[in-house]
Amino acid sequence: MDPAKQIEASEETAGRRRAASLLARAKTVELNTAWEELPTKPDVKPVRGPETGLVMVRGRIGGGGAPFNLGEATVTRATVLLASGTAGHAQALGTDKENVRLAAVFDALWQEAETRAFVEAALLAPIETRIAAEDRQKAEETAATRVDFFTMVRGED
Amino acid sequence: MYVAVKGGEAAINNAHELLADRRRGDRSLPSVTIGQIIEQLGLAVDRVMAEASLYDRALAALAVRQSRGDLIEAIFLLRAYRTTLPRFGASVPLDTATMKVERRISATYKDLPGGQLLGPTFDYTHRLLDPSLLTDEPVDEPKRKDASDERIMRVSDILAHEGLIEPDGEFPADHLAGDLTREPMEFPMSRDLRLQALARGDEGFLLALGYSTQRGYGRNHPFVGEIRIGEVEVEMEVAELGFAVSLGRIRVTECQMVNQFKGSSKAPPQFTRGYGLVFGQSERKAMSMSLVDRALRAEELGEDITAPAQDEEFVISHSDNVQATGFVEHLKLPHYVDFQAELALVRKMRADIEAARNSGKDLQEAAE
Repeated sequence: MDPAKQIEASEETAGRRRAASLLARAKTVELNTAWEELPTKPDVKPVRGPETGLVMVRGRIGGGGAPFNLGEATVTRATVLLASGTAGHAQALGTDKENVRLAAVFDALWQEAETRAFVEAALLAPIETRIAAEDRQKAEETAATRVDFFTMVRGED
Repeated sequence: MYVAVKGGEAAINNAHELLADRRRGDRSLPSVTIGQIIEQLGLAVDRVMAEASLYDRALAALAVRQSRGDLIEAIFLLRAYRTTLPRFGASVPLDTATMKVERRISATYKDLPGGQLLGPTFDYTHRLLDPSLLTDEPVDEPKRKDASDERIMRVSDILAHEGLIEPDGEFPADHLAGDLTREPMEFPMSRDLRLQALARGDEGFLLALGYSTQRGYGRNHPFVGEIRIGEVEVEMEVAELGFAVSLGRIRVTECQMVNQFKGSSKAPPQFTRGYGLVFGQSERKAMSMSLVDRALRAEELGEDITAPAQDEEFVISHSDNVQATGFVEHLKLPHYVDFQAELALVRKMRADIEAARNSGKDLQEAAE
């Protein structure tokens, strides 16, 4: 692959990864709102799922060493096909099948040039903003519990 | 010999109806919701997830409710549920260095990058019952302060910089992480398998063993290098996409225990380490796990195995509370035929002694 195409492909991958991460965190109300706002509802065929299974979560010995199996988590995944032929995949922790099915639809719509901007503005941007605000709040609440040490002067001299 | 016995169906059905009634309790009180259990009994939910070895807050809360708060029963329910689900794959190993930290403390350094962040802790409370919780008093919003973007550096990395501590545990490149849920247990066991067993082990059992090392049964001079609690991203390779994507976040507790030295003729002395990683917020469990992990490395580090906490087969074989409760509690199931046999035996022994006494023989001889 020539370098320009490689960069394009890696940018596409990064974009898809970001979209998938945000869709995995989508709340029911966010997905439903975006779906209702969608001007033309696409024809969607289920290909696989939504189905719930397990992912074995791994840790690393000492934090950064060899992997070990920590324990499992529930995960739900779905694959859908739009009438246009675009396939959408979604996967998220938990057991909410309807959420993940809708997320897969939006994953497909994100890949299509005509609807990407809509998915970004109506769904991904609000999720990103919400997560950033939640993270900021937690970080600030944690920061308020940071210990400021001071030295007590004892004795005469 | 097994003798088929029927009966008790009506009694069992009625007992389960009675259980449902007692679980609900006084109907004049509102029923507790799954959301309330997740939000207000979150640490019970965390314990159930950790020891069931299944991360799902809603299902764990359901299990707590269904078990009337009997956490080992709840763990059993969740373990049983997991066997009904297919496994889609394994995650990319968690990167706890990028954790969204909610608590982080070190007992080895006062001032360290990222600081001492107490978070929502029971430490420094006076352990006095709070009468205001008898009623539903409003609770203030927590204080906030500007958060710095300073990287919360691992304490082990600070020590590693000077070469004063052994590295994170490594295996040869071709070593595949073992999985207790797929392969039968065999001893000796590699450290990755032990950590999987300890991560799902009973908190009370590991706490007692960790405590025993402090009291001198396999002493290993521990310091809490660091405890951190917070959310980490779980990523999984998705075959259809050809790359790893995030599935969401889970909360974990990590403990880095720093222990006394190990050196050899070739390598200068270094601190050794024990590691703990647990689902949810549970630093007692993570600390106990890291103490026991370190104790179980006795052979690897050339220490004498003298104490229970260093005995791998003993510790790992008895750390799982679902297995333990199954074997202990099976004793209450009908053993009528077994017991009839024992009864017959003890009656015969007594009859033999009686007969011997009557014929004037030595009692000792008859008893034998």
